[in-house]
Amino acid sequence: MSMHPLLQRIQQTFSVGITGLTEWRGDVAVTVSRDKLHEVAQFLHDDPGMDFDYIVHVSSVDWPDDEERFEVVWEFYSIRKRQRIRLKTRVPESDCVVDSLTDLWKGADFMEREVFDMMGIRFRNHPDLRRILMPDDYTEGYPLRKDFPLRGKGWRDTFEFLDEVPK
Amino acid sequence: MAFEDQRTTVYKIHPEHPESETLPTLRTEELLLNMGPQHPSTHGVLKVILELEGERLVKSTPVMGYLHRGVEKLAEDGTYHQFIPHTDRLDYVCAMYNNFAYCRAVEKLLNLQVPERAEYLRTIVAEVQRIIGHQFWLSAQALDIGAMTVFFYCFRDREILLDWFDELCGARLTTSWYRIGGIERDLTPSLIDKLKQFLDYFPPKIDEYQVFLEKNRIWLGRTKGVAVISAEDAVNFGLSGPVLRGSGVDYDLRKYEPYSAYPKCEFSVPVGKNGDTYDRYWIRVMELYESVKIIRQCLEQMQDGPIMADAPSVTLPPKERVFTNLESMIQQFKLFSQGFDAPPGEIYCGTEAHKGELGFYIVSTGGGKPYRLKIRAPSFIHMGAFDHMARGYMISDACTIFGTYDVVMGECDR
Amino acid sequence: MGLIQLGRHDKDGAPDVITGSLEKAVNWARKGSLWPMTFGLACCAIEMMAAVSSRYDMDRFGAGVFRGSPRQSDLMIVAGTVCRRMAPVIRKIYDQMPEPKYVIAMGSCATSGNIYDSYPVVQGVDRFIPVDIYVPGCPPTPEALLDGILKLQERIMLKRVFVTQPEQVKANLKV
Repeated sequence: MSMHPLLQRIQQTFSVGITGLTEWRGDVAVTVSRDKLHEVAQFLHDDPGMDFDYIVHVSSVDWPDDEERFEVVWEFYSIRKRQRIRLKTRVPESDCVVDSLTDLWKGADFMEREVFDMMGIRFRNHPDLRRILMPDDYTEGYPLRKDFPLRGKGWRDTFEFLDEVPK
Repeated sequence: MAFEDQRTTVYKIHPEHPESETLPTLRTEELLLNMGPQHPSTHGVLKVILELEGERLVKSTPVMGYLHRGVEKLAEDGTYHQFIPHTDRLDYVCAMYNNFAYCRAVEKLLNLQVPERAEYLRTIVAEVQRIIGHQFWLSAQALDIGAMTVFFYCFRDREILLDWFDELCGARLTTSWYRIGGIERDLTPSLIDKLKQFLDYFPPKIDEYQVFLEKNRIWLGRTKGVAVISAEDAVNFGLSGPVLRGSGVDYDLRKYEPYSAYPKCEFSVPVGKNGDTYDRYWIRVMELYESVKIIRQCLEQMQDGPIMADAPSVTLPPKERVFTNLESMIQQFKLFSQGFDAPPGEIYCGTEAHKGELGFYIVSTGGGKPYRLKIRAPSFIHMGAFDHMARGYMISDACTIFGTYDVVMGECDR
Repeated sequence: MGLIQLGRHDKDGAPDVITGSLEKAVNWARKGSLWPMTFGLACCAIEMMAAVSSRYDMDRFGAGVFRGSPRQSDLMIVAGTVCRRMAPVIRKIYDQMPEPKYVIAMGSCATSGNIYDSYPVVQGVDRFIPVDIYVPGCPPTPEALLDGILKLQERIMLKRVFVTQPEQVKANLKV
């Protein structure tokens, strides 16, 4: 079975660092190692044959049984060439830092903040990495991790602002 | 209101000015203004911290999360079928388009073919939802700018369609009529008649809205040249929908990656030129005409046939059989309590909702519950470009910019 | 006939003629001019807007003047999901409203949290503010909201204005 032309091109350009190339249900995905991430992303953005100028989403998946627990997923689209690609990388829990791609796609700003907020993965060189959906002083942890309970840890039922209400 | 970290600027009159020796220096301070979560025109609970210099916006920081309901975590807790009502409440203005986007994503995961009549019906209802969504947008934008009459006119026509939905599936706003593999029930002949009557009644009404706004001097003054974004920046930020098309990029998923019954219909996608608020308003109004066209063509081309895919291990049985037949009841129970066995893998599926590209990224490890479900919400991504779009404009343009972006907090915060 | 019984109340707390009629007039004025505050949080806000627009006109019950500021309103319709992050804001706005004030919890999310039994959602707005009327539904149709407002008006008519309600009467009060 012949490989998708995008995947072939990526495999030819990068000899090291590519840990997986998959195609399923029409979706093309490339898994890279963490240190090669920015280089591959730059290639996808700048190369005229790739031309991925539109960032679709940035998200993260938690695989608690794996050694490299978190998977960060970017999806790009090329409006001129009408092609899609998914870029993935894995980070371990002890050192969950990844390069930020905000210098290539400005839209990654809020999306990476959401990944940080929900999963706890930090992004190097991000202009303003802080929580976005939960309040800044939320101490219970990172909600979308698999070990975080659905109903939270009690924050939703504590109303400390009620103590200041005059009777 | 004064805050601690205000910046003070001291302006001196230029030394070459003839009166520079005698006139005093002018001291201005930057003001931090909180446009709080409770505000009539923030389209929901959104807080924006505006840094103002006089009336000009220097920097605006949106603060979101006041409607974060943990929907993505709730998805991991229930089956695929159980998530459909949650999708309704994402973009609650045009609820069924979210159902459509989700069902398409799950069908892509399962590699399920939807029968042709179901595709036509889905497209018809999706376009009716687009009409509702754009009407709501128009009334909200006009209300924020001050044209209150348009609000009442749009809601009057919107009520006709909400009654239609009431007859179709029992609910006005948060309907869950789409199912994985098809739709819940067919259109009755009375519904089709009412829809045809509406299609004749509606285009003159769009002209009526245009009469109020198209050449109105106040409207033009408040929307022309406001919140301009270039095509390159818009693509780089990941904007989509009318916001992107206003800047000249004709990216519309219905044309780029055609799905459902759209390849069989002839319609055009309006594209703007200047990237300002007026262009985006014009695009949305033109899309109302196009939706009417699409619905008419679908009604003509539609043939009789099944409305649910023939895959009993995945799709729900018809409700009449559930109440009378034991096997159907067991099938319904099993599908809702345990779910169907989805193949392991991951997919992304995007749909052209009326705000932009609404996408679902689903990771499945087999079994009935999704392992990870990520919602690519256009409103969230549009808020990312808010600061870029709002710099240099006046504070009263902030409300216009909310309107032109068409953010709905249910989708933004999920 | 004992029409004039100044300052004397029967055992069941029934009002006498003068203060009773004055109370009725005050309550009638209060119920007929409820000024709600725009507090739409989520989907129920859309149905609230539909209740205000021309088909289900809320203005004919006196409750059509939606104020943006809490200082000028006396009814807060909490319409939508109450998230814990928004809770201090709601409480602050409730405290800023002048007395007498009323709260309608519109929709299932404000009543009890609805299907969102998750980490950021408060399971009902009555956990931190007192609620007068609960309007169930997801979302309640505009007619249901109008029904809630009418019930609130009935409840306002039964309230005592010039005297405190005797304790034994409060227990029997059907409202």
